[in-house]
Amino acid sequence: MTAAYDRVKKARESGRPTGLDYIGGIFTGFIELHGDRRCGDDPAIVGGLARLIGQSVTVIAIEKGHSAKDRARRNFGAPHPEGYRKALRLMKQAEKFGRPVICLIDTSGAYCGIGAEERGQGQAIAENLMEMSTLCVPVISILIGEGGSGGALALGVSDRVWMMENAVYSVISPEGCASILYKDAGKAAEAAGSLKLTAQDAKSLGIIERILSEKDMGKPEFYARIREMLVQEIGTLGRDAELVAHRYERIRALGTSAVGKEQA
Amino acid sequence: MAWMNFLKPKNQLEEGGRTGASVHSDAGEPERTCPNCHKEIPMSRLWANGLVCACGHHFRMKARQRIAQLCDKGSFRELYAAIKADNPLDFPGYHEKAETARAASGETEAVVCGAAKIGGHKCALFAMEPEFMMGSMGSAVGEKITRLFEYAMRYRLPVVGFTVSGGARMQEGLLSLMQMAKTSAAVKRHSDAGLLYIAVLTDPTTGGVTASFAMEADIILAEPGATVGFAGKRVIEQTTKKALPEGFQTSEFVLEHGFIDAIVPRGQQKKYLADLLAMHDGRAAS
Ligand SMILES: [Zn+2]
Repeated sequence: MTAAYDRVKKARESGRPTGLDYIGGIFTGFIELHGDRRCGDDPAIVGGLARLIGQSVTVIAIEKGHSAKDRARRNFGAPHPEGYRKALRLMKQAEKFGRPVICLIDTSGAYCGIGAEERGQGQAIAENLMEMSTLCVPVISILIGEGGSGGALALGVSDRVWMMENAVYSVISPEGCASILYKDAGKAAEAAGSLKLTAQDAKSLGIIERILSEKDMGKPEFYARIREMLVQEIGTLGRDAELVAHRYERIRALGTSAVGKEQA
Repeated sequence: MAWMNFLKPKNQLEEGGRTGASVHSDAGEPERTCPNCHKEIPMSRLWANGLVCACGHHFRMKARQRIAQLCDKGSFRELYAAIKADNPLDFPGYHEKAETARAASGETEAVVCGAAKIGGHKCALFAMEPEFMMGSMGSAVGEKITRLFEYAMRYRLPVVGFTVSGGARMQEGLLSLMQMAKTSAAVKRHSDAGLLYIAVLTDPTTGGVTASFAMEADIILAEPGATVGFAGKRVIEQTTKKALPEGFQTSEFVLEHGFIDAIVPRGQQKKYLADLLAMHDGRAAS
């Protein structure tokens, strides 16, 4: 039980590399592109162009920030609708120019605020889920820290989903789950175990393809390893209709085993 | 009205404290107190008016009550009725909770799907069930809705869907989260095939359902006064430490902010939907 909650704590550690650290470590020549072309620019989501060895890619990351000031400016990595809309704009741009998309996910969840609701947080996430499902270029998502519910999934409808060994991915925070189920947020450790939110859990449930080692995390060899895996994986993914058909099959299978053999 | 006979006017709409308990008047007829106008309404009158109070308050409605009220007589043919999830994560207490929900709601799962006709127009239809864990979306709900969109694609049918949901079913953990992706992908395929999807948001439509198929329709309608939003009100208050504005996260609020097409009272829905379906009839030729 507590093993799962230890992962949650590790995933939240402020010393972990953030999205921008990964971008700097894995890619070269990152050019940040701002704004959703609708209403604003959300610093909780960073996106732009970069080079992955030889090829141009679009990279999108949820960024928590490091310094107290930067963390506050980035809303601690809790995106607003503008962030999700910027991400979608950049994905559509990637599709236009035939660039693979790499998403780095690290959020406690989409922001729960008045403005976020007024500007359609639910609609923004829904649109990303829909549009990502048919994007005609390879999409790989990596959960690098916290994968908080719909706010994480909004960058995670992909051909491959990978998780760092201490990342977590959950439909609700263990604290939130505990306070609903047991009326006691103090039972978060227990809830964390029940929620099956570790990388191992996600892999055995068929939700992710790969668990990435955190050996030498933050060092050049760590990023080099991920770079190599991305290059290889993108090489194996098809393009266009074939790619989209496979992505649908992948998504279609999610949770299907849970409903048993019942056919109607 | 024929559909009334089908309804069991038992005390079955108490979830969320919005409806008030039904009591018996001196004459012995069951009554219910309206949470809006606080008047006591005889159940017979409430049923006759589609569970809408004279003041306009829409009481929550069971999936099959909606279907009976909405579909042409005898046209509804249920699909995927046997699909249900069996506690895939061995989540403590889930099995018992689901069994209790089954007994209380008379449904196997939190959504009812089928093929139907509305005003003579064929469609695929889903209606979520408020008495089954407040319409929470787990693997079975996701699977049934996905299959319905695939069915509608195969037979080139429009989809009409009534949402009511507290969000994802946390007892299924990540598997429930993934249903947002699965249903969205199915909606997109159906949409890309040039087919119509109309969603009707009813009280409450929140969380993972709002952030997936509720907000993905070509035309999004809502019942008056329904709660429609992503995050829960209490969570927002705790996060922002601010008082929420008047009418926050209601149908009227999301209409004003541009996220739904229209608010349609229950009594007008059948004609409204039939008119919309009629205007897309050319699309549905098979
Ligand atoms: Zn009333």
